[in-house]
Amino acid sequence: MKRLILLLFLSLALTAVNADDISPERQSDLLNLLLQDCGACHGMTLKGGLGPPLLPESLAIYPKDFLIHTILFGRAGTPMPPWRDFLTPAEVRWLVEQLLKGIDDEAS
Amino acid sequence: MMKRLSWLSFCTFIFFLPIISSATPCVDENYFRGSGDLGVVIERATGSVLIIDTSSRSRLAEIDGLGDLSHASVVYSRDQRYAYIFGRDGGLTKLDLLRGEIVKRIMQAGNSIGGAISQDGRLVAVSNYIPGGVKVFDSRTLELLADIPAEFGNNQRSKVIGLVDAPGKRFIFSLFDAGEIWVADMHTPSSPKIIKFKNVGRQPYDGLISPDGRYYIAGLFGEDGLARLDLWNLDKGVQRILPNYGKGKEKRPVYKMPHLEGWAMASDYAFLPAVGQYAVLVVDSRTWQPVKRIPVHGQPVFVIARPDGRHVWVNFAFPYNDTVQVIDVKTMEIVKTLKPGKAVLHMEFTPRGEEVWVSVRDNNQVKVYDTETFAEVARLPAEKPSGIFFTARAHKIGL
Repeated sequence: MKRLILLLFLSLALTAVNADDISPERQSDLLNLLLQDCGACHGMTLKGGLGPPLLPESLAIYPKDFLIHTILFGRAGTPMPPWRDFLTPAEVRWLVEQLLKGIDDEAS
Repeated sequence: MMKRLSWLSFCTFIFFLPIISSATPCVDENYFRGSGDLGVVIERATGSVLIIDTSSRSRLAEIDGLGDLSHASVVYSRDQRYAYIFGRDGGLTKLDLLRGEIVKRIMQAGNSIGGAISQDGRLVAVSNYIPGGVKVFDSRTLELLADIPAEFGNNQRSKVIGLVDAPGKRFIFSLFDAGEIWVADMHTPSSPKIIKFKNVGRQPYDGLISPDGRYYIAGLFGEDGLARLDLWNLDKGVQRILPNYGKGKEKRPVYKMPHLEGWAMASDYAFLPAVGQYAVLVVDSRTWQPVKRIPVHGQPVFVIARPDGRHVWVNFAFPYNDTVQVIDVKTMEIVKTLKPGKAVLHMEFTPRGEEVWVSVRDNNQVKVYDTETFAEVARLPAEKPSGIFFTARAHKIGL
């Protein structure tokens, strides 16, 4: 099982995504999900709550693939749940890229 | 501050003018009203709140400038005139419902989760994540009276959750990171006396107090069960209830933490959200033994009894948050499933429960249902509404 996850992890890391693959409507849905639903724990301004802050400066210390992996598979021992049933790897990568750039408050 | 003045005729408090600040008097000097049928709806995305009237089912005013209101909550002064609004960003705002204006607003921490008002109405306490602890303010002036850092271990500070008021001028709260419950005696507000209960369980995520003020219960995220403290028998310490409710069952991911604030005490039972299960757990509130596990549509968030206790209403976490289910306490069966719309975040009953207000975030609506027929009786526009808080809370322990 571990090996399978590792494989999946690696294959994700190699998947290049550009925003063109995600429709503008879906991008808007994803940002709404990020601010409203992720925001339930991480704060709507992403400054943190029960979950840690998701601001560019707080995330910059982590490898991008680690962030993608955390969103897709959750983090054991913490309340962070896996989102793989609702988001594709490409969508997660796009979200992580937005987070690392910084989310415009008006974006939702 | 006030975006919408749809209440010109309503808002005359010339009568109160001598005792409050120099605010501009409202128009009609011959009209007075009470505030027992008013309430506040949080508009989480815009940092604004609506003042609403549950009798006319209408919006009276929209007040903005309240900061980050994701996860905001409200308590009321005992005269039901003032709302204290606790924002995520550490903002504490005192709002005058009758004048429709902010009386005072302070930033008291970096990241907050909720608050409580003391038995005598004189103290307002806020539970903070950053810096982890509780701050206590004079409810009149919002002057800081006490700072209680939630210290544990090696100078660590815990996030504080589940803050409630308790009889005997006490506040009770839980430490998420430390797994502790603290009871703070506030008879001398500037020097609280704290009793700490340690090792109550892993990751208490929220707490509640029973309507009679006797039992404090913290839900646990890090393990099965809930931690119960009997305030009549503090010497007995914290006891575990429902210790094995998830045993042998796969734990599902939790996309939104359940909330225990809406204690569902109905008849002789307490109705509690399971964590990581699509179930409502029923406990006999005399023996604290499990009675039934009621399968429901998703991970419950709020499990709230109608004021008469005959029905319990439940809403759910993402991705099942378009649904509300109603449990009949007599049969312990689901008697109604409603689909109010996308992202149902909260429900609040009118003081005697003939109607319930439901916030539907992604529809930008608050819907009002008749609780007898389940018919929708009104619909109000609101910008990404979340919590709904009626002034009837002013006279309820723990709310």
